[in-house]
Amino acid sequence: MARIGVFVCHCGTNIAGVVDVTRVAKYAETLPGVRISVDYKYMCSDPGQNTIIDAVKKYNLDRIVVAACSPRMHEGTFRKTIERAGLNPYLMEMANIREHVSWVHSDDKELATQKAMKVMEMAVAKVRRSEALSKMFASIEKRALVIGGGIAGIQAALDIAGAGYKVVLVEKEPSIGGRMAQLDKTFPTLDCSACILTPKMVAVSQDPNITLMTYAEVVEVCGYVGQFDVKIKQKAKSVNSKCIGCGVCVTKCPNRKSLSEFNEKLAPRKAIYTPFPQAVPNVPVIDRETCTFFKTGKCKICEKVCPTGAIEYTQQDEIIKEKFGAVVVATGFNIYDHSNYGEYGYGEIKDVISSLQFERLINSSGPTDGHVVRPSDHKEVKNVVFIQCVGSRDESKHRPYCSRVCCMYTAKQAMLLKDHYPETQSYVFYIDIRSAGKNYEEFVQKAQNDYGVVYLRGRVSKIYERGDKLIVKGADTLSGAQVEVEADMVVLANGLEPKANAKELAQLFHMSYDQYGFYNELHPKLAPVETAISGVFVAGCCISPKDIPDTVAQASATAAKVCALFSKEKLEVEPLIANVNQLTCSGCETCYNVCPYSAIEMEDKEVRRGDMRHVAKVLESVCKGCGACVGSCYCKAVDLKGFSDRQVMNQIETATTELSTND
Amino acid sequence: MKYELQLKNIKEGFRKDVERLSQQKISNCYQCGKCSAGCPVAYAMEYPPTMAMRMIQLGMHDRLMSANTSWFCVSCETCTTRCPREIDIAKVMDTLKIMAQAGKYKLSDNEIPIFDWIFLKSIELTGKIYEIGMIGAYNMLSLNPFKDVFPMGVKMILKGKISFIPHLIYNPIEMIKNIRMFKRIKKKDRERIYEKNA
Repeated sequence: MARIGVFVCHCGTNIAGVVDVTRVAKYAETLPGVRISVDYKYMCSDPGQNTIIDAVKKYNLDRIVVAACSPRMHEGTFRKTIERAGLNPYLMEMANIREHVSWVHSDDKELATQKAMKVMEMAVAKVRRSEALSKMFASIEKRALVIGGGIAGIQAALDIAGAGYKVVLVEKEPSIGGRMAQLDKTFPTLDCSACILTPKMVAVSQDPNITLMTYAEVVEVCGYVGQFDVKIKQKAKSVNSKCIGCGVCVTKCPNRKSLSEFNEKLAPRKAIYTPFPQAVPNVPVIDRETCTFFKTGKCKICEKVCPTGAIEYTQQDEIIKEKFGAVVVATGFNIYDHSNYGEYGYGEIKDVISSLQFERLINSSGPTDGHVVRPSDHKEVKNVVFIQCVGSRDESKHRPYCSRVCCMYTAKQAMLLKDHYPETQSYVFYIDIRSAGKNYEEFVQKAQNDYGVVYLRGRVSKIYERGDKLIVKGADTLSGAQVEVEADMVVLANGLEPKANAKELAQLFHMSYDQYGFYNELHPKLAPVETAISGVFVAGCCISPKDIPDTVAQASATAAKVCALFSKEKLEVEPLIANVNQLTCSGCETCYNVCPYSAIEMEDKEVRRGDMRHVAKVLESVCKGCGACVGSCYCKAVDLKGFSDRQVMNQIETATTELSTND
Repeated sequence: MKYELQLKNIKEGFRKDVERLSQQKISNCYQCGKCSAGCPVAYAMEYPPTMAMRMIQLGMHDRLMSANTSWFCVSCETCTTRCPREIDIAKVMDTLKIMAQAGKYKLSDNEIPIFDWIFLKSIELTGKIYEIGMIGAYNMLSLNPFKDVFPMGVKMILKGKISFIPHLIYNPIEMIKNIRMFKRIKKKDRERIYEKNA
């Protein structure tokens, strides 16, 4: 007979405020096998843990049930506790009476108490059949994969490489740099974005520990922390490593049909191109969708002019298989597409531009060499209206969140405009100014006081064209007046949203994401760069909109996490995995087919003397203990350690019997 | 002019009444001002829609109900279409009018409610619009008895465009039905408006 100890936690008033914990503890004493039952204010505190250790010694307990919070919260804590008491850590069960009982049933205390008793009783039923399990260790492949070559990816790669570990940086575009490379100046110091970014980009390309893979995408992921098997698709650049980056091919290419993505479609680009002059690596790629040769079979001008013979039309997309120990996901953001706003012209009015387009216009290496002109007729601007919260704080567009950076970059853009053209006048329509950050509020104040930017509190209701002017109909709610501004150009402060294919990437890693496609961190405060998948870390705007300092800080945080992981020789893994009883296995291969982690292998084995059979086998280091094989097995040959059929059946039986009311 | 917020009004009453009757969550409004910006009649309103929403939130029924704001709303629904918080502002304006007519809160002292009331009364009694009766009653009640009588009114009467005899519904059963319908709707509105807050 098992000797079980039950420990019921009050969790302050979190549990005790709803559940009558003393009754739960008293009820536990009536259950068969329970030697002692105690309730305590904070079981996870030092005195609480010592109560458990003392009880184990005093009553010679061999099984423990802790009725407290979710196992996600404190299972590890209590496992360590009973390990200290000399028991196998897997002989402990958590009964979740906080998240599953007190927090959700605060309206009916009596029923909540009964449910708590039941949940605790089920844990007792399960722990009776628990077996001692020993911890397993897995090796770590000490190479990191960084997905996304924006400032977050660059920073993470540099930091990990700086610690001496190998890094592969995968970027979808032909060059790293990301969104930051598109910006002109950065708030609140107004230093040039390219000037602070390009040294980092060059450092990436020169670091011997970093392998740069541009124009590449991650297409398949399997494995787990320490052992990720990743397939990366290297798209055909059609330019091989002989390229010296002279740029003759780009100048000579006659095809200017497509619009530059880097310049936010404000200027055409060639079919063979580097996104921008400071691109890293400075190797052009051929866009096969638009290239005349790939469409008609004629042209080949780039091949003729190339001095090194680097053009290679026959290149094919390549799948590269690599092994990594940890992954940093830093896929960044897109700006909200304002063509969803009918009242702002469905994106059809040419002089209503997005904030990133404005950044390109005012950038001296942009399509207009830094001249802010109207995209429609290239005339210079006098009155410019900035509209904030486009695709942010707008429930009707399913973007209720604040994009956090727009208030600041709008102030920055208005200031830059005034700097370039002192005779211009800017109007900013805002709802609230959110300028929390070091020197941020001062920055916005400066725009209003020193630069004479007129801030009007209200959302714009309509923009329409009258002659060659844009009429902006807004209001100032502070005075209660309606305003009509005759503007030459309107700049929308588009909100931030995740990349269009962020969800697909999350599904590759089994990461969770919210309704907008932003990745969920493991804990919003205490584990802000970890995900629920161990070994996968996130940084930057793929989690939530944030500015450059926060992004860089997060990227460095992921690097610290990766380095901490790599500093261990072996990785401890949970022994809660599947196990095949080969004597009863019929070799039907169902489990082999359902396993999502490819952790089951079929082998021909002599299970008894003279009995050769085709049976399943679990690869212990690959199995994640999901239980899919257990459910699918026809002959009950597979069992999950720590969640065996007997344990679960015991739990179900307990759950379906009435609560004995003899207490 | 000085106005002090009544703290007890913020807590109870008016906002809940409006929210219940219009089935809109007024507390969602974050005062972006997009409704006021697009409103074609806001220039004539004492308080633009944004301020009306704020007044509902703060329970300032005395100010809002005596203002012309809701009566000037033409229900073009521009505000409703563009509201980022998905409040049906035009419906809220309608609700304010219904509440004022039902007499729970003070009625605005401008002529529009009088016109609306006479218009509905005319349909209630005759089943159709009885122009002369309506104009006459409106002119009397708005203390402007000779408005539009000379020369337009006289001309129209002479040409037979409007007549002194009301066009009634000829079927008496339909007539009774019409009157009953009005009674039913009035009773329902009254019940809805005076219902105790749940």
